[in-house]
Amino acid sequence: MTETTKARKTREPVPHIAAALALGDDALVLSHRLGEWAGHAPVLEEEVALANIALDLLGQARVLLSMAGDEDELAYLREERAFRNVQLVEQPNGDFAHTIARQLYFSTYQRLLYAHLAAGDGEFAGLAAKAVKEVAYHQDHAEQWTLRLGDGTEVSHERMRRACQALWRFTGEMFQPVEGLDVDGEGIRAVWLESVSAVLRQATLDVPEGPQSGAWSAGAGRQGLHTEPFGRMLAEMQHLHRSHPGASW
Amino acid sequence: MATAAHRIARTREEDSPADEAALAAAYEAAFDAAVAADERIEPRDWMPDAYRATLVRQIAQHAHSEIIGMQPEANWITRAPSLRRKAILMAKVQDEAGHGLYLYSAAETLGTSRDELLDKLHSGRQKYSSIFNYPTLTWADVGAIGWLVDGAAITNQVPLCRCSYGPYARAMVRICKEESFHQRQGYELLQALSRGTPEQHEMAQDAVNRWWWPSLMMFGPPDDQSQHSAQSMTWKIKRHSNDELRQRFVDICVPQAESLGLTLPDPDLRWNEERGHYDFGEIDWTEFREVLKGNGPCNEQRITQRRAAHDEGTWVREAAAAYAEKHTAKDITKDRSKDITKDGAKDGETTA
Repeated sequence: MTETTKARKTREPVPHIAAALALGDDALVLSHRLGEWAGHAPVLEEEVALANIALDLLGQARVLLSMAGDEDELAYLREERAFRNVQLVEQPNGDFAHTIARQLYFSTYQRLLYAHLAAGDGEFAGLAAKAVKEVAYHQDHAEQWTLRLGDGTEVSHERMRRACQALWRFTGEMFQPVEGLDVDGEGIRAVWLESVSAVLRQATLDVPEGPQSGAWSAGAGRQGLHTEPFGRMLAEMQHLHRSHPGASW
Repeated sequence: MATAAHRIARTREEDSPADEAALAAAYEAAFDAAVAADERIEPRDWMPDAYRATLVRQIAQHAHSEIIGMQPEANWITRAPSLRRKAILMAKVQDEAGHGLYLYSAAETLGTSRDELLDKLHSGRQKYSSIFNYPTLTWADVGAIGWLVDGAAITNQVPLCRCSYGPYARAMVRICKEESFHQRQGYELLQALSRGTPEQHEMAQDAVNRWWWPSLMMFGPPDDQSQHSAQSMTWKIKRHSNDELRQRFVDICVPQAESLGLTLPDPDLRWNEERGHYDFGEIDWTEFREVLKGNGPCNEQRITQRRAAHDEGTWVREAAAAYAEKHTAKDITKDRSKDITKDGAKDGETTA
């Protein structure tokens, strides 16, 4: 037996790459979108808060992508069709209400998912146990702002209503099965819906109507089908790294 | 808010003007003695109006510089070339927002609100550091800002940790700790580029060429032309002259540039054995004054983005205020009814 095969045999089982990519890409892409707020936030406290959330997500992304390979190669050298994030997280920031609606939908899902993973003994349990505490803050931040915007002024109510409605059709994808993750998607969907509905009602907003997925896009992001704004986001994110092949930074 | 001095002054309203003048002189003497003895002046202490105004101006300008200074660096967050660098840069820009928060709070202790100061920034009545009117054209500029701009800021700010005004001095202790981390990351970023591919090295050298002279200008005009220096030195708001600090900065940077393998764009830069310092070339003060007047490459862009962020955020701030008002009002009503049922005699306290 050669040294290499021996090493391979005694090594820990490789983490499930598809699952690490799916969760890692969610965190990477949402972190990037939140990073776009820097210098544009509506109030100084939100500069700090949004950067904080972006940094937590980037930290999670780095751990997850490193489970699947080299973090920078994966972030900077994959083509759009190789990314496995849900379409929700790649949606442009829009106004502050859209960002908050996206945060509310995603952090509620991510908290449920991580809580489930943290309770198990799978390869993501360690990361999830740490991340679930961060995500609890993200969810709280999103819920507090949903209440303020929904139950604030007429203008903010209308903006928040529109944002929740516009992003609703991207929420179904989060509950599709992910290869390598032993998660009851439908179970999570039910708890998610209850949690989000309660916040929206308290914020004097209606729970959006209509399907939670587009006609042909259920689970599409997880299969590498994305929306148009995502290509531009990646172009910006990857251009410098790709302009200097092999360079280290 | 009444200071001790004002309270005493008010009880003596019937005293003659001569007595009042004597009292004011006594307060001024006590203030001068405290400053001379290196004691801290605190928000409730009596202070001369001009001291207060100078501090508000300086702290506001510093706070504005932090939040405008987020822009040139945030310009590269979405393009950072590795995830590690992206995390460091995001954390740095976040720190700057945090510094803005402490500094606006320090200014509030002098009786000036954040809204009032932001309004002055947006309408051009208060300034921010001119250095941020230069553009970040390449990734290496992020490194040059950390190494040179934050380096110059630290040289300026470390003495402020001993500033006579307590809240400002304490804010500066924390800020300087974080700034020194920023300076190191800038140096380390440039080091990676300087030792990288020829293109990366060139990128680093180009950035240093563009940022070196504006960084020297950050210390302000030469001592003999500085408007506010003398009084600020007496009040111990400022501890060293502009030229002294500038020299200190040059002396620190020259050996650092050498170990980075980068050159500083000044043919006159050489060690002067006699002075024990580096001599350096003439600064282009015309450029400095032009940028200060608004003719820098990014003056318009920076303030436009700042105003846009503020204006576009108005509806969000209004929503938060409306929500707080609705819910505080409800909470107070709830608390009141609880108090009344628990302790009917509570009202008595307010009249005591």
